[in-house]
Amino acid sequence: MAILVGRDTKLITVGYTGKQGTFHSLQSRDYGTNFVGGVTPGKGGMVHEGFPVFNTIAEAKAKTECNAAMIFVPPPFAADSILECIDSEIPLIIAITEGIPITDMIKVKAALKGSKSRLIGPNCPGIITPGECKIGIMPGHIHMPGKVGVISRSGTLTYEAVFQLTQREIGQSTCVGIGGDPVNGTNFIDMLELFEKDPDTEAVIMIGEIGGSAETDAGRWIKKNMTKPVVSFIAGASAPAGKRMGHAGAIISGGDDTAEAKFKILEECGVTIARSPAELGEKVAQVLNK
Amino acid sequence: MNVHEYQAKSLMREYGISVLRGEVAKTVDEAVEGAKKLGGNVWVVKAQIHAGGRGKAGGVKVAKSLDEVKQYASEILGATLVTHQTGPEGKKVLTLLVEEGCEIDHEYYAGLVLDRATGKVTFMASSEGGVEIEKVAEETPEKIIKVAIDPAAGFTPMVGRKLAYGIGLKDKDQIKKASSFFAGLYKMYMEKDCTIAEINPMVTTKSGDVIALDAKLNFDGNALFRHPEIEELRDPTEESAKELEAARYGLSYIELDGNIGCLVNGAGLAMGTMDIIKLHGGEPANFLDVGGGATKETVQKAFTIILSDPNVKAILVNIFGGIMKCDIIAEGVVGAAKDLGVKVPLVVRLEGTNVALGKKILNESDLDIIAAEDLADAASKVVAAAKGDA
Repeated sequence: MAILVGRDTKLITVGYTGKQGTFHSLQSRDYGTNFVGGVTPGKGGMVHEGFPVFNTIAEAKAKTECNAAMIFVPPPFAADSILECIDSEIPLIIAITEGIPITDMIKVKAALKGSKSRLIGPNCPGIITPGECKIGIMPGHIHMPGKVGVISRSGTLTYEAVFQLTQREIGQSTCVGIGGDPVNGTNFIDMLELFEKDPDTEAVIMIGEIGGSAETDAGRWIKKNMTKPVVSFIAGASAPAGKRMGHAGAIISGGDDTAEAKFKILEECGVTIARSPAELGEKVAQVLNK
Repeated sequence: MNVHEYQAKSLMREYGISVLRGEVAKTVDEAVEGAKKLGGNVWVVKAQIHAGGRGKAGGVKVAKSLDEVKQYASEILGATLVTHQTGPEGKKVLTLLVEEGCEIDHEYYAGLVLDRATGKVTFMASSEGGVEIEKVAEETPEKIIKVAIDPAAGFTPMVGRKLAYGIGLKDKDQIKKASSFFAGLYKMYMEKDCTIAEINPMVTTKSGDVIALDAKLNFDGNALFRHPEIEELRDPTEESAKELEAARYGLSYIELDGNIGCLVNGAGLAMGTMDIIKLHGGEPANFLDVGGGATKETVQKAFTIILSDPNVKAILVNIFGGIMKCDIIAEGVVGAAKDLGVKVPLVVRLEGTNVALGKKILNESDLDIIAAEDLADAASKVVAAAKGDA
């Protein structure tokens, strides 16, 4: 069933009754996701657009047996909602919210350790197993079921990659946006590990960005552990140096956080590089035909 | 968000971190008055700009008399300093900090930053202070002590000991003072939602004190909603007027040197679009992410900002609709083109949510729009258009 989400997924939305929460919950349902209800404190007992609303996540879980939660809560309160999902042992949490303070996410990250939950995001488009389950804000119709896994730090750039694949009639097993924030729940390596084990995935696209060392760490992991081909693009080669404040961050990452440095290390690790984001589909076609 | 050294120091004082006494001055007279008020016979006159490397650029001077204070203040105030962090255009000095002098025994480095890989705030300290820490990291990495802070445990005495002994302090009293310095820095970092707290140098003085001689603080923009007191410290003269204006409309804009204006949704795709323009031999004039919640009005605003750059010779609109719908972008493009009278070639590539509707709006507008089929097509068309080959 590809990875993480599929026909067995039962989804609730936290922040369901808000405008965005409602719109994207119903879009997910229309795509075929088994959407079972929502959580908005103070609105428990209500039926909104045909689905039950609960005051707490624990109650929603008890009544619906949901195993995934999508977070559409505004940034000041989003981390608290994620913590509530962890407390209620929701196996998969997908946080779409953009703009959560870093110190909030540091606490969430610590709470995730040793918990029964996995967090995707925040600040991400979500996760989709084409033809089975869509959780998030991505346009469903550009996807098609198939054998290529997609992992990305960027939302729209992921759509771009998926679109190129579908145009070539190369389907996707699962597409995961891990989010663009400095502290997130799931990193590239976590996802690569799942794709490597997944019998439905034959190749993986990994889309990264400048900053941090997540991509180069992933490259080293790929070299050691991955038997399936990986194609990668790093956005930001044209970003001007010196615009980014905070050299201390670059020291922590060992200074290898420019696009050029990342391309080089990934290439050394046996990853197929796409220098242009327009080449992603073509490069995947090449590695699949090998 | 960045703040000035004098603002950083006043915040640090609230957290019990030792800093020198100082007076802020906007004029030469205020600088001399400030020095008189501080007393003593040595003062340091420091330019207040949001950039490092001020000393090398002549923005920090030691004055040994009130006449020298006057002389240096008049030299530095109004001058434009060019450092490795200001860009070639430099930054004009509008504010000074006049500080009392101190007798330095040794210069150290102390910094707090987020380690993305572990999701933990990490302390860095070094016996090599007052120099560029990047150089220390490159040449003698063993001289940088790193301690990751467990978010549940927070700052415990062992962190202070590890850092203080690690940088070579021996005197018991100084170890105590340094530990309390580090503890205060961590407390401030977490409570005020910093993203960087860098003290370079942190010094020990001949009288045995541990003092922050300089301070650079950066704050998480996403957390400013709970820190109105930090938001108040914002200095608009330090930020690009256009970037600020863009931010008011929820647009993320950075001006660059090229001639191809870009309007894109999503930061990753916006960077990817700049990259592909470069690969096709063009130069992007800006980074612009309209975000997911843009309206017709914000798209029009985005056009206004892009067109206010006289270098722009062509514009590329690259939208992959997800949360953002193509028809909204199309309406914004049409509205902007009509209201602003866009004179430069306009290449538009739309894909994703409501793409058919978006394309219909553009087609029916009888605007002179160059439609692009895909990303590569869009890049080659806009590069050709900017060169006048359209």
